[in-house]
Amino acid sequence: MDITAVQVWQFILSGLTTGSIYALIALGFSLVYNATGVINFAQGEFVMLGGMITAASMEAWELPLWAAALVAIVLTTLIGLILDRAAIRPARHASVVVLIIITVGASIFIRGVAGIIWGPDERPLTAFSGEAPITIWGGTITPQSLWVIGTTLVVAIAMWLIFEYTVAGKAMRACAINAHAAQLCGIELSRMISWSFGLAAGVGAIAGIVLAPITMTQYNIGTMLGLKGFCAAILGGLGNGLGGIAGGLLLGVLEALGAGLISSQYKDAIAFVVLIVVLLIKPSGLLGGEEAEG
Amino acid sequence: MAARERPHTDEAIVPNEAERHAARRRAEKLQIVAFFGIMALVPFGIGNDYYLHILIYIGLHLILATGLNLLMGYAGQVSLGHAAFYGIGAYASGILTATYGWNPWLAMLAALLLTCVVAWLVGKPTLRLRGHYLAMATLGVGIIVAVVIRQWTDLTGGSAGLTGIPSMTFFGHELTSDQDLQYYYFVWAWAAALTVLFANLVASRPGRALRALHDSELAAQVLGVDTAGFKVRAFVISAAYASIAGTLYAHSSMRFLSPTPFGFHTSIALLVMVVLGGQGTLWGPVLGAFTITLIEETLRPYADYDIIVYGLLLMVLMIVMPGGVSRALGSLIDLVRGWVPALRGGDEP
Amino acid sequence: MHLLRKSMPLVVLAAVTVTLIVLGGCPPAPEPDAGGEIIPPPGEGAETPGATLEGEPIKIGGIFDITGPASSLGVPERNTAQMLEDQINEEGGVNGRPIEIVIRDTKGDETQGINAVRELIDKENVVAIVGPSRSGTTLGIIDTVTNAEIPLVSCAASRKITEPTKKWVFSTPQSDTDAVAKIYEYLSNEGITKVALLTASSGYGISGLEQLQAQAPDAGLEIVAEEQFADTDTDMNPQLTRIRGTDAEVVIVWGVGKAPALIARQMKQLGIEAQLIQSHGVANRDFINNAGDAAEGVILPAGKLLVAEQLPDDDPQKELLLEYASDYEERFGERADTFGGHCWDAVMLVVNAIRENGPTPAEIREGIENTTGFHGIGGEFNFSEDAHYGLSPDAFVMVRIEDGDWTLIE
Repeated sequence: MDITAVQVWQFILSGLTTGSIYALIALGFSLVYNATGVINFAQGEFVMLGGMITAASMEAWELPLWAAALVAIVLTTLIGLILDRAAIRPARHASVVVLIIITVGASIFIRGVAGIIWGPDERPLTAFSGEAPITIWGGTITPQSLWVIGTTLVVAIAMWLIFEYTVAGKAMRACAINAHAAQLCGIELSRMISWSFGLAAGVGAIAGIVLAPITMTQYNIGTMLGLKGFCAAILGGLGNGLGGIAGGLLLGVLEALGAGLISSQYKDAIAFVVLIVVLLIKPSGLLGGEEAEG
Repeated sequence: MAARERPHTDEAIVPNEAERHAARRRAEKLQIVAFFGIMALVPFGIGNDYYLHILIYIGLHLILATGLNLLMGYAGQVSLGHAAFYGIGAYASGILTATYGWNPWLAMLAALLLTCVVAWLVGKPTLRLRGHYLAMATLGVGIIVAVVIRQWTDLTGGSAGLTGIPSMTFFGHELTSDQDLQYYYFVWAWAAALTVLFANLVASRPGRALRALHDSELAAQVLGVDTAGFKVRAFVISAAYASIAGTLYAHSSMRFLSPTPFGFHTSIALLVMVVLGGQGTLWGPVLGAFTITLIEETLRPYADYDIIVYGLLLMVLMIVMPGGVSRALGSLIDLVRGWVPALRGGDEP
Repeated sequence: MHLLRKSMPLVVLAAVTVTLIVLGGCPPAPEPDAGGEIIPPPGEGAETPGATLEGEPIKIGGIFDITGPASSLGVPERNTAQMLEDQINEEGGVNGRPIEIVIRDTKGDETQGINAVRELIDKENVVAIVGPSRSGTTLGIIDTVTNAEIPLVSCAASRKITEPTKKWVFSTPQSDTDAVAKIYEYLSNEGITKVALLTASSGYGISGLEQLQAQAPDAGLEIVAEEQFADTDTDMNPQLTRIRGTDAEVVIVWGVGKAPALIARQMKQLGIEAQLIQSHGVANRDFINNAGDAAEGVILPAGKLLVAEQLPDDDPQKELLLEYASDYEERFGERADTFGGHCWDAVMLVVNAIRENGPTPAEIREGIENTTGFHGIGGEFNFSEDAHYGLSPDAFVMVRIEDGDWTLIE
């Protein structure tokens, strides 16, 4: 089994799809981290909720896809806001490790409730525009993969626009740079934090919706996706949105290449080996600042 | 040295401080003797083998949590992948005894050495990282080890598991899997020995240096403490604790290993035991090991709902008691003392 | 601070005391007498209010992976156990006594599994245990049930469970060995010689791979590719791309859950023409739902439950299969699947043994071992002293998925 250039190209194509999802999840991590300094281990559950709520509301209320997706995004955003209010805010000044445990607890809780509501079975979602594969330079890619990659691009640009040109976005950035100074300028910190959580949950839900037709969705997919997204966020430099996206894409492609060229069995390990090597060379991630202080 | 005159007041404080330290050590010794004395009597007080069996696992968790406490509570470093060392210890002894027919004690020693070497190789570079970056690196190590255990099927049996692990021997006597009582004493003897070792480590000079490290790394450095070296040593020792617990697990009544118990959720459970109990205290992790294991056991009959309650408990307990149960209970007792004049007497001048 | 330290031992002592109260406060378990079941004196059972059945319930333990990665196996098994408990008690119980199935979750974790088993044996005093769902959780408790002398009827398929034969351990699912034999028999009839293997890295996949490798030479098959995937993998393109580079006529996939469905889809997307053969691990409705169009034409070995309606009327299992399927669907609103069937067989083998031989663990064990010609969901069970796996390759039929449903291949 010789490896041909076409095969490598195929690995890269499929890696870009998975990587886009990691990128979206990493974006969610960065949003919350910037606002609060918290690593939200429940971020993966937002992805699960996005897919599951879409699938369930299409099934239960026979909603069209766009309406179901909207329901999913709104509900997940609400859950994100509730999570902030109920669990993160009361423990704002606790140590890093306490906050890690709280968000892990939240993720276990959300997963458990999802398991009760929707049962253990996988739910398929029909691809948005058919399953007929498209061939690009000998490699095949499904229309859904294009949806995933396209959505990531759109979300990334939208985020950039929000943070660059809207007052709210600028205020959120100000809080990230120096919360105290931002408050002195009259920015209400707690509202900015709410918005960050809402946005992160919404972005997570979007990732879950576009991903669902490719991987199907299930109540317990959140954990591994969350860990990979965290990995991507760290790889790119925590708190750096662009870094997170680069980290996600890189992680996806490396994973696919690792699985294809080295060993499909050690795929998950390859991702983390790469991560640790990168951290040892550059302790603050690829695009992170000088300080590796968490 | 004699030339350096100390101000009068200092001289008065120094012996006082040393005295207090010695008093605390004496009290600690007493507590350790009392606690493990009670644990030695426990088998006579419970009427059911199931509880004995659970207490064996609590003993293992106690060893794991105490080791992790050294790293977290004293060296101030987070590990989200500690189950990896538990797994290396378990699998190394399991494979050496089951596949290669080694003596369990020799295998335990080899597993211990292997774990220490791995921990040193991992800790040396990664402990330079801080905060979330260190958390991520340790989490990554945990996942890498879990994947290797799962995938190196020729050696570990992979997901199908490793069978045929022999029983532990003790001076020629075999601790067979139907002898819970013997294994209970075996595990708890280890737990006692490792707790004593822990108390001594913490009270030693390096231990106090570690404590300084936890409070402020910079200050410790200024005082001439080799912070990097101490961190790595704490990391290796805590991994060694996990390795011993792993060996004890491998030879427990299951005598079967599979990758699941050494994954991410176990790392998190260990973290919770230390933090929930109260990191940086001798008894916090002990309390954590009891609490978490008992919570899991109590919730089991409620099949689907148990993880919901578990997740909720984690959130609520950590929000209410970010310093851990032991500290919270401590302040509660202080509060009560403040209200009950009879109890206050001894503390007032 | 020193106040706090002073109170620490108090705290720990308090905790230990509470623990001891919790542990010791529970009434000491009745000494297992002649195997663990207390038979009340006649007449005492009549005091049970509202119950038509007399006597203490016979307690059977049920331990399944209800949550965790294998929950899609554990949940239908749990459901089946609950349904059987109600049905049996409505129909007059077992030998006039009600049965109670005490269900515990392993969460898919071996440590949790052994703790659950100890609770069932030492605290609940069950006379037999059905489950667990997976091979790993089963292998972890074999020593425990053997020492306690409690019969275990596992719902997991690995050969390691029953080979070599263990006195107290039985299993109900059709084995990998038989499934592979059935597939290879079909392939040689079709004149196929080159196969590619794509197996899960789970215990199920490893065990399948061993059999696929071992039986290939005898069936005249050449294995041209061997790839693996993890149950949680979502992107199978790397493995499939490598398989596409070979001249395999058939791709055999061995796994459970959603990964095999993703493989079916992605094979189609990559334009791989080779015939896809799946294992009995995907013999459930989910696979067809999840794979969608890509499921069409997939061939797999399956228990007869899937094609119950297509079986000839003289098939001894037919009536039973249809009845189980309709009962299950009526109660849970979902189609019954093979995994629930494994649990049905396990529970009914135990119940049957109690009826035939008696309600103590030793009698149940002996009863199961002497069971022959028992028609269950999985097939006809014939146990003996050295065969604690009771089925034969005949328990399988080969089916092809057509129009979103299974069709029996003659």
